[in-house]
Amino acid sequence: MSVPMFYSGAVSPQNHQPSIDNPKMSEYLEHARGGDSVGIVKKRSFTFARPPKRMTLENGSKLGPVTLAYETFGALNPERTNAVLITHALSGDSHAAGYYHDDLDKPGWWEIMVGPGKGIDTDKYFVVCSNILGSCMGSTGPGSINPETGRPFGLDFPVVTIGDMVTAQKALLDHLGIRRLLSVAGGSIGGMQVLEWCLRYPEMVVSAIPLATTTKHSALTIAFNEVARQAIMADPNWNNGDYYGGAKPDLGLAVARMIGHITYLSDESMRQKFGRRLQDRRDFSFNFDADFQVESYLRYQGAKFVERFDANSFLYITKAADYFDLARQYNSGSLVKAFSRARAKFLVVSFTSDWLYPTYQSREMVKAMKKNGLDVSFCEIEAHWGHDAFLLPNERLTALIRGFLGRVQHETKG
Amino acid sequence: MRQKDSQIRFDLQIIASWIEPGSRVLGLGCGEGDLLHFLKNNKGVRCTGIELNEDKVARCIEKGLSVLQGDINEEVQDYPEDAFDYVILSQTLQQIYEPGRLVRAMLRIGRKGVVSFPSFSHWRVRLQLLTTGRAPVTRELPYDWHNTPNIRVIALKDFRRFSRETGFSILREVAINTDHHEKSGNIIRLFPNLRATYGIFLIGRGTRSVIAARQ
Repeated sequence: MSVPMFYSGAVSPQNHQPSIDNPKMSEYLEHARGGDSVGIVKKRSFTFARPPKRMTLENGSKLGPVTLAYETFGALNPERTNAVLITHALSGDSHAAGYYHDDLDKPGWWEIMVGPGKGIDTDKYFVVCSNILGSCMGSTGPGSINPETGRPFGLDFPVVTIGDMVTAQKALLDHLGIRRLLSVAGGSIGGMQVLEWCLRYPEMVVSAIPLATTTKHSALTIAFNEVARQAIMADPNWNNGDYYGGAKPDLGLAVARMIGHITYLSDESMRQKFGRRLQDRRDFSFNFDADFQVESYLRYQGAKFVERFDANSFLYITKAADYFDLARQYNSGSLVKAFSRARAKFLVVSFTSDWLYPTYQSREMVKAMKKNGLDVSFCEIEAHWGHDAFLLPNERLTALIRGFLGRVQHETKG
Repeated sequence: MRQKDSQIRFDLQIIASWIEPGSRVLGLGCGEGDLLHFLKNNKGVRCTGIELNEDKVARCIEKGLSVLQGDINEEVQDYPEDAFDYVILSQTLQQIYEPGRLVRAMLRIGRKGVVSFPSFSHWRVRLQLLTTGRAPVTRELPYDWHNTPNIRVIALKDFRRFSRETGFSILREVAINTDHHEKSGNIIRLFPNLRATYGIFLIGRGTRSVIAARQ
């Protein structure tokens, strides 16, 4: 049985049976198998910032060498004007679309959007997706070997920022010979990278698609992240981040993931999906087993997550997201002044039931873009599935992205 | 005057004919973006639209227009002064709670405005009220009093007075008696307040006297 591995473990509206014994997931996968795919893809890696030319991070420290895992889909045109960068969220990776030759069951995390004839059409665009700095899916992160000690970094890894992630992506694009991005697209923490791209390298970004994201975390979001981090750090196996030789803080990471999953859903989707239904039983157990389906679902998601994700990377990436504050970074508090740097055309999308990055946060960025006379489109999509909605099959989102990219490409030619 | 068939509605054709090629246009309540699409493709206009309805917003973006989902009364406030050459409010004034505030905002962010609305002073409306004694229901204003989104009843004469009271000028006006959905129609020159079903006005800043160029 294959298990989809995408950020936030999007759940299907109808079919989920949240049993650990029967981990049937999501029509997401069924859907992903339909339609054209980019087919077999290969994960590559690019290493740069080799000493002494190490990368200077936002916190002032130096890091190098730095490796980014990346994948590309489609072909770069001779003019090199059709590149689209996809930026992934917390637990995503470079595998945005297609299949690995040794794992034909499991497509990339955005297979529904990226492929021939899809919203981000690989017949037209050269799509690049890289694993973010600080992650654990092939790019340099706290689980990588520290060249100074020969052992995994652990907490010796510097605290990286969204800006550092984007700087590293820029190095990769330089390496690929891409000087201009037709678009940068991503949701959630991926959306933060999209926005950072527009302000950090404004001359490179023709258009941008920030989905279900924000220019800064609210206290609510920071609070959830902090509780998740505390769950990891309270796990005795965490051992101040030094666990790579032995038992891992799986319990802590699983609880952190469970907290995350609550925030990715919504009151309505949880009522519809689980309600108070019991899992594989007719009555309460009167002990602390997973009586309710929602408990079983969360335990299942937590258990699956620890198989593939590094607890320290979770700490570092959530911290980077909490630190992210475009207004603070680019102009002492004024989001309007911050966006005065931007040159891109924007398509901003939020989802009605997303309470992690609510629509008002998208409207704030739209307002700042408008005040700068930027070309911005905004749509709030009616969806019941909470923050997860941006990863679920959604014809509206597909049509919006297809139309927007088509226009941008047309206007760029003209 | 008969206009030849074109892809867009007759009233929109008139508005389009007033828009300078290559200008910047904001369409308030732009619906599915027919007018903006026409202006973009035929006049090289740089357009933005604002529309409340998600389905319509999506249709606009799918066809390659730049459109924001939101309430026009709020969204107009965010733009800098002179952000547009024209701000268009087509067939929507009768639904606006604070028309003065909106029109002032239009003429702050745009150098000129276009406002069109169904006329409540058409003879059929007058006759209905006179003969039936009930609130008129017409082709142009087809709702009952309790379910209408059209909270304002406006006569062409009222709009001219409104311009003087609010302090903006009417640079151009055309009265038509064409069905809302028709692609061809008639311009009314004689007794427009009585005979026209719709009025279309090009408005500008300041209170200089009405030029009243009735084409």
